[in-house]
Amino acid sequence: MLRALRKDPRWVNWFYGFTPPERGTIQLRHRRVYIVPSRVGWMFGGTVAILLLGSINYALALGFALTFLLAGLGLAGMVHTARNLALLAVKATRVEPVFAGEAAQFRLLLENPSQFDRPSILARHVASGAQVVVDVGAESAAEAVLAIPAARRGRLALGRVMLETRFPLDLFRAWSYVEPDAHCIVYPRPVISALPAAGTHAGGGKSRAYNAGSDDFAGLRTYHASDSPRHIAWKTVARTGNLLTKQFSEDAAAEVWLDWEHANPALDVEQRLSLLAGWVLAAEQGGVRYGLRIPGTEIEPDRGDAQRAECLQALALYEAR
Amino acid sequence: MSAPHPLAPEARLLSGRDLAGLVLALAIVGMPHALRAPWWLALLTLALYGWRGVVLARRLPLPAGWLLLCIALVATFGVWTEYRAVFARIPGIVLLLLFSGLKLMEARTHRDAAAVVFLCCFLLITNFLYSQGILEAVVMCVALVVLTVTIVGFTAPQRSLRSNARSAAMLLAHGVPAALLLFLLFPRVQGPMWGLPQDAQQAVTGLNDTMTPGSVADLAQSDALAFRAEFSGPIPPPRQRYWRGPVLSEFDGRTWSAGPPLIAQRDPHLRGGTTLRYSVLLEAHHRPWLFALESPAKRPPQANFSPEGHLLAISPVRTRLRYDMMSVADAEPEPAEDARLLRRALRLPAGYNPKARALADEWRRASANDAEIVSRAVDFFRRSKLAYTLEPPPLGHDSVDEFLFSTRAGFCEHFSSALVFLMRAAGLPARVVTGYLGGDPNPIDGILTVRQSDAHAWAEVFLPDRGWLRVDPTAAAVPTRLDSGLARSVPGSSALPLLMRPQLEWLRVMRYNWEAVVHQWNVWVLGYNPERQREFMSWFGMHGADWRDLAATLLGAMCVFAAALLAWSLRHGARPDPVQAAWLRFCRKLDARGVARAPYEGPRDFAQRAMLGAPTSGSAIRRISDLYITLRYGRDRAPADVAELRRLVREFRPA
Repeated sequence: MLRALRKDPRWVNWFYGFTPPERGTIQLRHRRVYIVPSRVGWMFGGTVAILLLGSINYALALGFALTFLLAGLGLAGMVHTARNLALLAVKATRVEPVFAGEAAQFRLLLENPSQFDRPSILARHVASGAQVVVDVGAESAAEAVLAIPAARRGRLALGRVMLETRFPLDLFRAWSYVEPDAHCIVYPRPVISALPAAGTHAGGGKSRAYNAGSDDFAGLRTYHASDSPRHIAWKTVARTGNLLTKQFSEDAAAEVWLDWEHANPALDVEQRLSLLAGWVLAAEQGGVRYGLRIPGTEIEPDRGDAQRAECLQALALYEAR
Repeated sequence: MSAPHPLAPEARLLSGRDLAGLVLALAIVGMPHALRAPWWLALLTLALYGWRGVVLARRLPLPAGWLLLCIALVATFGVWTEYRAVFARIPGIVLLLLFSGLKLMEARTHRDAAAVVFLCCFLLITNFLYSQGILEAVVMCVALVVLTVTIVGFTAPQRSLRSNARSAAMLLAHGVPAALLLFLLFPRVQGPMWGLPQDAQQAVTGLNDTMTPGSVADLAQSDALAFRAEFSGPIPPPRQRYWRGPVLSEFDGRTWSAGPPLIAQRDPHLRGGTTLRYSVLLEAHHRPWLFALESPAKRPPQANFSPEGHLLAISPVRTRLRYDMMSVADAEPEPAEDARLLRRALRLPAGYNPKARALADEWRRASANDAEIVSRAVDFFRRSKLAYTLEPPPLGHDSVDEFLFSTRAGFCEHFSSALVFLMRAAGLPARVVTGYLGGDPNPIDGILTVRQSDAHAWAEVFLPDRGWLRVDPTAAAVPTRLDSGLARSVPGSSALPLLMRPQLEWLRVMRYNWEAVVHQWNVWVLGYNPERQREFMSWFGMHGADWRDLAATLLGAMCVFAAALLAWSLRHGARPDPVQAAWLRFCRKLDARGVARAPYEGPRDFAQRAMLGAPTSGSAIRRISDLYITLRYGRDRAPADVAELRRLVREFRPA
């Protein structure tokens, strides 16, 4: 019955004091901060008990004083440990997409509204064990970056994160769970391969090899936000201060459609997506304009980082029908 | 699968700062032990501390376990040769000191450091087995402060020492009230719960139940405290300050001893005299007898009267004991006495002191009655110009004869021993009474301090129809002893305890002040026992509180304190920024309309999106966001603008 209770989300959410995932800023109310003695804390308790017995047996007035001072310190330590975590505000910030097989860098912003600093707060990702210890200054914030392995393409939810502290006396361990609404787009793991044969290029008579183009420097034009930093004419920027983008002769001409159908049908869905992701990278690298066509989605040819991100995201979130 | 827990003490390595804190704490708590321990062990422990420092500074590997084991075994053997025991108290404490060094040598992580901290606590408390003075309390407080700062440093290694010290101070400030409550209200029990270890009874300076020539003189050279007495009326004059201790009736020619109790214990019946009421705070002397002014009239609850009229506690005085007493000065003694006691008080070993016996016979023949013999004897001591000295020459076989007729110098035990011998030889029952004479009234708090240097021995002679009479041959020979104390009675002797020398008057004044403090300390801190606890509770109107009342009061008080502490920790610390508060309110209002701000969204982007979501409120949204951006990120902040922002947000109604 207890097991059934542990699985029941209503009960679990009530127990942990929140319903995941949580949007916006999460404030760690006292209700959500748990505290138990650490192993050192139990040892400390044993020591105090022995000191008390010794003081009673030998009628040591100062022994009582020592014992009770230690006990008082332990009590204060408990409150201070809980205080180090309670009322901390946690929010997840934007996560950069990664390729499958890389580590997603989730960033938790820990905001301390109080006038005291909160040292040694551990943020630990429950599922993966990724962890980092941060100090949060008084009335300021600190960022805890959790590198979480992204194994599969798709939308990777951060999941449950434990925040823990043992400051200041190591005797107690206070912790709290948060589950911020943070996702990382995980692109398919790219398979590096040549672009499909030229004959498959759609929409144009041009049949130049895609990789010849980027060498043919054609001139400069003003920078657009979507231009790849690789194509910025940095020397010119350094000289004139103007942001200019290098244009290549085939820019307007070479255009390639990266089509689901061009991938080997013998491959399974994930392998096809990986292959397409590899093509997207190759096309972007090659400086050609490329479009993406997968079942349910078609992205018009373009180039640049925005196009690359859009294509890869489409691949990442592709769902087979 | 999971990485080591970075907050677990076993995963955190000791830093130089941690180690410095530990060594400092160990030095503080280990110092009193090191001063008592064998010199080689103190040096070894110190060397271990130093070695650990070198290992850390030079980044050397920690010594191998077998090496430490060898050191431990050799040192344990050394302790055994020193004390012939390992598992007794003193060798155990000494070994604890050594193990603190050994533990430090193998300390690598904070887990080991925690063990060292616990060792420090045990070193602290074992020190109290020797002494519980104010100095020891100060040492404890200093050590606790150092330990707390060090432990805070364990959990916040990257924080400055100053910040950690501040955290530690706050912890201590919050811990002390709880400690005080526990100290005052934790139900105390009297006496040991289990037997004390064999060596709990250490050699303590104090009166013995035997007396040989020179034994009291040795004792009188000690400044150690015997007891303090607080009188409810004025302190009696010096000649009434005879503190009765063990009575010695058996004599073997050299040594006086108490002898077995011949009759059952009984309470005295006193008549006449002036009643004195006082309380005595007796230092632990590990002997059963209590001291009371002559003649004690009532017995404390924990003691009985011996047949010889001194007080015997039910168990030896192992801790400082406070008892209320009543005595009657110049009381008339009981005229009757048990025959067995009188017979014993007449016994003399044969073959000793022929000259003294001859003198006693002469007195007997020349005297009409017993009282005259006594007065002849007192007269003899008054006129014979016997020297009173703390350094009496050693005596041989006939100790009384040699003292009276050849060396002619002695301390009170020589005088009393000689008188009792003479009286018994003359056929009068007599006995030696040991105790203290005098005491030093402290002008600061009016408490009479009696030291070992006030140790004294006098005589009691039994006269038919009059009972036991006190005869002090020392007072007869050296009248100043009675009124001016030892210091002015012993001529220029270097053996006089330092603080009894009359030249050091300023030192005495300082000492008076200090002792007044120490007395309060003894009464209220060290002497805080179940009785005092009841007294304390009665101040709050709870009379006759037993341990259940105390426990309940303690629980209640601790709950109130913990709640107060918790309320303090719930306090939010910072006052929310009004601009930010207004902005958050604005966001909440929009959120209710279905326009939620993404965590990463800046105010400008959010405002643009919100205007699309709620076009009718577009102008209000723009004004609020612009004002917010100016106030939040701008250089100065006009109070009027803040008020304006708050007003706009208050009146904002997204459609």
